[in-house]
Amino acid sequence: MKLVIVDTGCANISSVRFAIERLGYEVAVSDQAETIKSADKVFLPGVGAAAAAMEQIRNKKLDTLLPELTQPVLGICLGMQLMTRFSEEGQADCLNLIDTEVRRMQVGDKRLPHMGWNQVTPECNSPLFRDIEAKSYFYFVHSFAVALGEHTLASCDYGGRFSASIGQENFYGVQFHPERSGPVGAKLLQNFIQYCE
Amino acid sequence: MLARRIIPCLDVKDGKVVKGVQFRNHEIVGDIEPLAEAYAKAGADELVFYDITASSDARVVDKSWVSRVARVIDIPFCVAGGIKSVEDAGKILEMGADKISVNSPALSDPELITRLHDRFGQQCVVIGIDSFYDEQSGVYQVKQFTGDEKRTQTTAWQTADWVREVQQRGAGEIVLNCMNQDGVRKGYDIQQLKTIREHCKVPLIASGGAGEMQHFSEVFQQADVDGALAASVFHKGLIAIADLKTYLREQHIAIRH
Repeated sequence: MKLVIVDTGCANISSVRFAIERLGYEVAVSDQAETIKSADKVFLPGVGAAAAAMEQIRNKKLDTLLPELTQPVLGICLGMQLMTRFSEEGQADCLNLIDTEVRRMQVGDKRLPHMGWNQVTPECNSPLFRDIEAKSYFYFVHSFAVALGEHTLASCDYGGRFSASIGQENFYGVQFHPERSGPVGAKLLQNFIQYCE
Repeated sequence: MLARRIIPCLDVKDGKVVKGVQFRNHEIVGDIEPLAEAYAKAGADELVFYDITASSDARVVDKSWVSRVARVIDIPFCVAGGIKSVEDAGKILEMGADKISVNSPALSDPELITRLHDRFGQQCVVIGIDSFYDEQSGVYQVKQFTGDEKRTQTTAWQTADWVREVQQRGAGEIVLNCMNQDGVRKGYDIQQLKTIREHCKVPLIASGGAGEMQHFSEVFQQADVDGALAASVFHKGLIAIADLKTYLREQHIAIRH
């Protein structure tokens, strides 16, 4: 099993790598087209602002490579948001791998960023959430989100429900940080590696 | 529902976890990695590491432990101490920290907060504030360089004003350390935290004063803070995190299982 983390130049690459290594797998970090293309599973991590991250991705010519991938790709946090067609954060055109968009969360009198452990409920039978119970706690840090829609795999509620996870064909995304979500986060990463196609 | 966070704080000095009383007389508690791992396994929701030597000593501190911590734990953690530039912060985040917390350097150079926000995003930027209640003037004052008693100074900022300022500049979370309570285990400074809560639209973490389980339920219920940070009660084994979380759930506080 060849696992590759796309080196987007974003900051949480180490923690994603360590989480995969804790599962007993080797994983490469690369921005090279051949390495990424030859992977069985690809991880797209990211933290920070969407517009800045898209600029890094374009500089590395990954904006043409990533849409061509046919193996399972897991976007994490900002990585998930970059998989959509557009993010309101910095009015950024994104990779358009999952047909939805990212908007600033409308949370009423609640505080932003939405930071901390919140409950996630799978909304369909995605292999990504295999054996993960409804209302499991995952760790979130974000102010922008994808609304519920046809590509929603799991939901969360913070001043209103939103997509905790989205997916379309071979592209999967999670708004939370599985690499920092304790045993249930490890379970989700294991599911992606083992069962997602 | 978003859970309230229980956050053990590990003060780091020369690569060891230490704890002092009201910022003085630091004694060694133990090594960083085994303590971090033990807290993660025990159910801590997040960890904060304060390298308390860093800001005061004006030297580059060895932070290689950050990556060793990132390797062993599966919960988020924040690193504070000696982060004076976007470069410093970038290194810590690359090593696997989830957030960086800035205290004294932000007071010297408030623009730093803006730069950190623009480079890494609001969610990475935590501002630590050491707030001291001056009984004579009745004012909450922001203190700087509290890692070293000889260099500790009172700034021109009143705490509520600084809290507003750092939010405008892009802080994603505020850790308010109430110095009068720190290390004496008489309870969090509910009054101050309630006041600051009104000015704080980002997550607010209470720090300083935890001694009993009841102090945690009080600070969540009365001051509406997002997280409660504590050190000595955990390090000394006075409160077990599992017991604390069971207790808080019994008080109908949202707590992660």
